Amino acid sequence: MDILNYNHSVLSVLIFSPLIAAGIAAFIRNEERLRWWTLIYTTAAAAYSLPLYWHFNLGTADFQFTENAAWIPALHIRYALGLDGISLLLVLLTTLVMPLCVLASWRYIQTRVKEFMICLLIMQTAMIGVFCALDLVLFFCFWEAMLIPMALLIGIWGGPRKIYAALKFFIYTMAGSVFLLVAIIALYLKVGSFSIPDMMKQGPLFSHQFQYWLFLAFFLSFAIKVPMFPFHTWLPAAHVEAPTAGSVLLASILLKMGTYGFLRFSLPMTPWATQHFTPMILALSVAAIIYGGFTALAQTDLKKLVAYSSVAHMGFATLGIFALNEAGLKGALLVMINHGVTTGALFIVVGMIYERLHTRDLSKAAGMGKMMPIFAAFAGMFALSSMAFPGTNSFIGEFLVMAGGFKVSIPMMVCVVPGVVLAAAYMLRMLQRFAYGGVHNPDHSHLQDLGLREIVTLLPLLVFVFWIGLHPAPFTRVMDASVSHLLAEVGPAKGAQVAMTARTAPADLAPALGVRQSSGALETSQPLLYATVPRLQPAQNPGAATR
Amino acid sequence: MTSHFTAFLPELVLLLGALALFVVTLGHSRAREARNVALLTALVAVVTSALCLGQNATLFYGAYRVDLFSQMLKFVFAVGFTLILLLSGGLSDIRDDVKPEYYLFLTISVCGLTMLVSCIDLITLVVALEVSAFPLYLMVPMRRERAGQRSQMESAIKYMMFGVAANGIMFFGMSYLFGLTGTTSLPALLPKLRPLLHSPVAIAGLAMMFCGLYYKLAIFPFHFWTPDVYQGASNETASLVASLPKIGGVAVLIRFVSLATPDDHTVVLLLSILAVGSMFYGNLIALMQKDFKRMLGFSAIAHAGYALIGFVALDQMGYSAAVYYIVGYLLMVLACFVVICKVSRDGTNVAIEELAGLHRRAPLLAVTLGVGVFALAGIPPFVGFMGKLTLLMAALAKGHLVLVILAVINAAIAVYYYLGVVREAWFKDPGDLPKIQLDWPTRIACVLLMVGILALGILPGRFLNTISTSIARANLGEPASALVHGNPAAGSHDSAALLGNKALRPSTSAPAQATPFTTEVHSLTTTYVNK
Repeated sequence: MDILNYNHSVLSVLIFSPLIAAGIAAFIRNEERLRWWTLIYTTAAAAYSLPLYWHFNLGTADFQFTENAAWIPALHIRYALGLDGISLLLVLLTTLVMPLCVLASWRYIQTRVKEFMICLLIMQTAMIGVFCALDLVLFFCFWEAMLIPMALLIGIWGGPRKIYAALKFFIYTMAGSVFLLVAIIALYLKVGSFSIPDMMKQGPLFSHQFQYWLFLAFFLSFAIKVPMFPFHTWLPAAHVEAPTAGSVLLASILLKMGTYGFLRFSLPMTPWATQHFTPMILALSVAAIIYGGFTALAQTDLKKLVAYSSVAHMGFATLGIFALNEAGLKGALLVMINHGVTTGALFIVVGMIYERLHTRDLSKAAGMGKMMPIFAAFAGMFALSSMAFPGTNSFIGEFLVMAGGFKVSIPMMVCVVPGVVLAAAYMLRMLQRFAYGGVHNPDHSHLQDLGLREIVTLLPLLVFVFWIGLHPAPFTRVMDASVSHLLAEVGPAKGAQVAMTARTAPADLAPALGVRQSSGALETSQPLLYATVPRLQPAQNPGAATR
Repeated sequence: MTSHFTAFLPELVLLLGALALFVVTLGHSRAREARNVALLTALVAVVTSALCLGQNATLFYGAYRVDLFSQMLKFVFAVGFTLILLLSGGLSDIRDDVKPEYYLFLTISVCGLTMLVSCIDLITLVVALEVSAFPLYLMVPMRRERAGQRSQMESAIKYMMFGVAANGIMFFGMSYLFGLTGTTSLPALLPKLRPLLHSPVAIAGLAMMFCGLYYKLAIFPFHFWTPDVYQGASNETASLVASLPKIGGVAVLIRFVSLATPDDHTVVLLLSILAVGSMFYGNLIALMQKDFKRMLGFSAIAHAGYALIGFVALDQMGYSAAVYYIVGYLLMVLACFVVICKVSRDGTNVAIEELAGLHRRAPLLAVTLGVGVFALAGIPPFVGFMGKLTLLMAALAKGHLVLVILAVINAAIAVYYYLGVVREAWFKDPGDLPKIQLDWPTRIACVLLMVGILALGILPGRFLNTISTSIARANLGEPASALVHGNPAAGSHDSAALLGNKALRPSTSAPAQATPFTTEVHSLTTTYVNK
């Protein structure tokens, strides 16, 4: 009976139906029919996933829509799935982005369409699986299995240096995750099962030394996936060479897995080590924001520009997560969703330019907007969203992250401010160049404005840009319970951590960033400006222990 | 009498097949008939070994034991034999006049391996080992000679010299064991040897005995023959050398290593060094290879190192992980060899560059190669990943953290050269390389291999259970307490100390739930012991 019940089977259906769809696609010979089949399937999957939102119980931080069955009893590996407020939106984002990826590849992919669609569908299975898995081995299977279709997407349908980019992506990510595997086995030996909820419960009890190494193992694989500042070098290569749909998937979904990993594993399972490493990670986040901004400013390749802006945006996400307060965490989650919407849209926009000009060079694209007003309007709005213009989605996310960050350290946030200005600089520069250009623009009179298919591709994303920007409550509401619960789990270790930091934390990092360890007073005295953020409850206040 | 007959049925089938092949070889060169007879033998062997899975018997005055462990491996051998015959096609690189003999030797070698896993007497063990090895020495130089290709002779000489030398050392070691215990029968020998294990003679004897098995497994520093034999032997012979004998080596190794008690540091240290050496040596040198078979040869050394990790754990979980891994390796490496045999033009060796554009030239081969290579690299959901996971779990449960970390670093190194293969096959254009036509046996072999690699990777539960159960029943000397396999509490004393956990005691952390698996093992062992 469970199979007929939406709540008890929805996740399995979402995870495995793409494989069935891919199996059917393998038998379709006509390329046009293949495209339609993939589009119809992904749209149906998106529609099927939407009731997740209405069925989601806002009042609890527990996992919902859970499924639990024995998978490999000999090794205590179970097939466990579930969603909470952290993963719900990411799953919805995945299912909603997929049809747009198919639409964006409609004309872009002309060779080996069947293999392309099959790779996309396998990606969908792996991506949803990563966000839903509640068993570490299951999670790791999806996490690693994803590398194969993604490397194929880059390596087969990519640009001139596709092989280099695909191998770099694969090896970088794989090398990062081998220690994750060791950490998973060590956790299993400690906890006695691979169940993620069990580990989250027992996390605070782990010894400091164990947490320390566990955190580093997690950090290496997640930081590469995010990618955080010194580990980001695979990202521009992969983004530049990947086909549009590949870039969109990379930006919208794959990068989120790194931050999701921090939220799901690092914070609850290694609360002490999280506190211990926070100054370092905050420093890396700030570095990513500034570095990404400056590098993006110097790019002439449009895809590289958007790719480096991703580094900066993900810097905001990690900054918010490791601010370890409610505003920061919620902001980080929103930044993750927003980045998926906005940057995904920008990659589609760049893909549209490339389809018309067969180049992504900013100087060659100069002045396109004059011939393509609809296109310019879309691109303009997405660019504004990317630089966090008020009224758009990114504004809410980055605002919350900065609100959270200011509670941690004002000097640190002063360092972040140039990053925000840089975002405006590189986005406006890009917008100015291709919308208006200079006096001697290349001749673009032959260009056609967006067709219906392209408008349909971009419109849903634009709706979300303004929906989240103007009325974010429906999105933040689902996070409430899970974020508070997460903070409560990380919180208790804080008192111990402050004492700890005073003794052993690297003396150079904490003061340099001005990390305020006893910032409780600030947190409660400063009213939160944003209406959707509930007031922090004293019980959940991470600083309470030190006050 | 009938029960003995059925217990010995798979071997009888193979022997009869070999006899039939011998008759075929007597006339004029009849390659096609020989192939058909061999294939028929293989298929009948698959069926009979599947039917005889549940057999239990001790034959030939206690020299030969038929139990679940041996019967399961016999089934694996029969399946591997069939797959090798399917993928070898027309033996394009073997001289026409010796093709029937080639099939004869192939069948005899498999027959020897099939007997090897049942031998519980040192003498029958040696005989079976030689029966499986000598045909291989002959098959390597049977490759056709042509301009610029006489390396098969060098390979054969190397293979034989190393093989004979390793066997000589092995016999020497066995003579020590015999001298210490006064018996050649393993059920009598092992208990007598156990109290003597701390004496240098016993350790030297065991260590020398292992040499012969390390040679079969191609473990560093007994690996020197591997790349040369892979390169010099014809593709079909190499696929045999690369796959089945390793399973035999693991099977025999398990019988002896289980002698050592878990706190035996000498054995653990020795095995760890060999494992680490094999992994690093194989992987680092494979990075530089241009010839696909040679690369697989070096990767085989690395994989033997991974399999040895299971032995380091010195418990049942580790042994079953090693068997599971090596059976998975059989499928993975055969998937690569199918591609080599078909891509190769006229039976020559295949450079990695010659795989270019395989996705256009033969999509099924490209998919098979992709599955095989990603599985070798240890990417889920294929069997290579699950195998590594079980091995690492077994080793880490015993606290071998450094070994596990070195192993995963090696897994990361290996990805590079496996991706080099994927790069050629999937990312490059074919250029002027021709399309490849596949015959039906090849297609069947491809699909079977892919299904096997996926099925063993996704649903290993039943298979793992069967392996552990069978090992539990095969190892007489194993104390029952060590059989609480799969329950991390058994190993968490070491790991707790190692990982610095003081807050969490194993008793609270490990749910003492008895899985169906554990209870099954328990009930089986107790019944066995009570007998």
